[in-house]
Amino acid sequence: MAYGPAVILDGISLVVRKGEFVSLIGHSGCGKSTLLNLVAGLARPTGGAILLADRHVEGPGPDRGVVFQNHSLLPWLTCYENVHLAVERVFTESKSLLKKRTLEALDLVGLSHAVDKYPHQISGGMKQRVGIARALAIEPKVLLLDEPFGALDALTRATLQDELLRIVAQTGATVLMVTHDVDEAVLLSDRVVMMTNGPAARIGDVLAVPLARPRERLTLAHDAQFMELRAKVLEFLYAKQAAQSRLRAA
Amino acid sequence: MAVVALQKNSLVEKPIRTSPPHPAAAILGPKTDAARAKFETAYRRAPAPEWLINAIACVAGLAVFALAWAAIAKFGGRIPDPLTVGAAAAKIFADPFYSKGPNDQGIGWNVLSSLRRVGIGFGLAAAVGIPLGFVIGRFRFASGMAAPIIALLKPVSPLAWLPIGLLVFKAANPAAIWVIFICSLWPMIVNTAVGVRQIPQDYLNVARVLNLSERKVFTKILFPAVLPYMITGVRLSIGVAWLVIVAAEMLTGGVGIGFWVWDEWNNLKVEHIIIAIITIGVVGLALEQALVLLARRFNYGN
Repeated sequence: MAYGPAVILDGISLVVRKGEFVSLIGHSGCGKSTLLNLVAGLARPTGGAILLADRHVEGPGPDRGVVFQNHSLLPWLTCYENVHLAVERVFTESKSLLKKRTLEALDLVGLSHAVDKYPHQISGGMKQRVGIARALAIEPKVLLLDEPFGALDALTRATLQDELLRIVAQTGATVLMVTHDVDEAVLLSDRVVMMTNGPAARIGDVLAVPLARPRERLTLAHDAQFMELRAKVLEFLYAKQAAQSRLRAA
Repeated sequence: MAVVALQKNSLVEKPIRTSPPHPAAAILGPKTDAARAKFETAYRRAPAPEWLINAIACVAGLAVFALAWAAIAKFGGRIPDPLTVGAAAAKIFADPFYSKGPNDQGIGWNVLSSLRRVGIGFGLAAAVGIPLGFVIGRFRFASGMAAPIIALLKPVSPLAWLPIGLLVFKAANPAAIWVIFICSLWPMIVNTAVGVRQIPQDYLNVARVLNLSERKVFTKILFPAVLPYMITGVRLSIGVAWLVIVAAEMLTGGVGIGFWVWDEWNNLKVEHIIIAIITIGVVGLALEQALVLLARRFNYGN
């Protein structure tokens, strides 16, 4: 994959299984968001291909639900209308069924009380929940999360991570998530894909996270296996990939 | 060594700041709880509300203005004083909608005629300018094509277009509307185009990810995103149009507030000219405020 003259991603090969939660982690600028945009269809690869359920990804489509980092809700629509916009596009059903789907999606993220609020009337965490509801409401084959909690404060982020764990367990969603948060990656994922620094970034290593589900944040905080997995990711990011990132920062 | 000595000096000086509070504070401060409560009610009154201060300032400003005007009237000769103008205004506004032939109508008719021209001219400008703005904002080539034309014509006084209007329409009224059309057109085009260019990529990504139909993209994303910019364009257009209509009507004649000003000048009724000036100001202010309210409605809480 090359963007203009610079090669951003090179030699990427990754298979995500149905119902799997995969995180992409790497230093900022390594191209992990670009990889997600390729899967979303928002960017086109200059070489190679992306397959979703054996079909080529030719462009964006509602078989993939995207949650953007900055929520991307339309400020002139209520929470309900933001989700409904997606629902009515994807499903051809009676109005009452569309309404039911919309309300169910908002209920899933715990926002039944805020359906008629506008985005500027709710908190950043709630906006991101609406974003997740909008992505899930269309029942996508895969949920794509682009640093979904990156703009939130630490406590809200933890709450939403727990929510996401619950939602994924409840819906059996397939998830591909970009993050730069090591704890988040290990806590949520079945596999953590660690990317080397760009340009021409590639997959440095893939770490399987065999922690049992359901996972509990507080229990895992003292779990030896969790700590070990976490240490492995940290090691990759700060020992193996550090020299290069320091060079780039200079 | 000298440096060390200086540092020592500054260290010595510091304790003065940490000395106990000034003895006067202890004497002046209230001693018992009851005295303290009395002290608080006496000296910690709630400050006057902001609107009241603003209202007083507003009235004071107008009073100073009226006084200065009265002084100028007293020593300046031909300018009528505020009371004369007030009396004339009372007479004029007692019957604003009389009509004695095309050249002698009430001030209400004059203002309405001017507003009608502004409305028609502006409406036509919006009908042409908004779609043009969308095209220019959306397509870089169209923007490149329009840029030199707009850059060249925007600084031209709209009144320079009046002869063209007279030539083409062969009548005063459509020529005046034509001038309003021209002066309203540029702000509408430019602001709409800027609004289209400012639409955040995130919103367009949402549209792409959901594969929204063109109609939905326009009604749910493009139009609402551009609306605040369009309202700014409307505000600028109407403001300029209201400035220009007075001058245009002075040249074209007929019924209208601008023509009325010129007519009263020919009759040497200076107090009526002053009434016209104030009326034009009030109408302009009302238009501006109405559009500010409209803009606030579509601010989306940003």
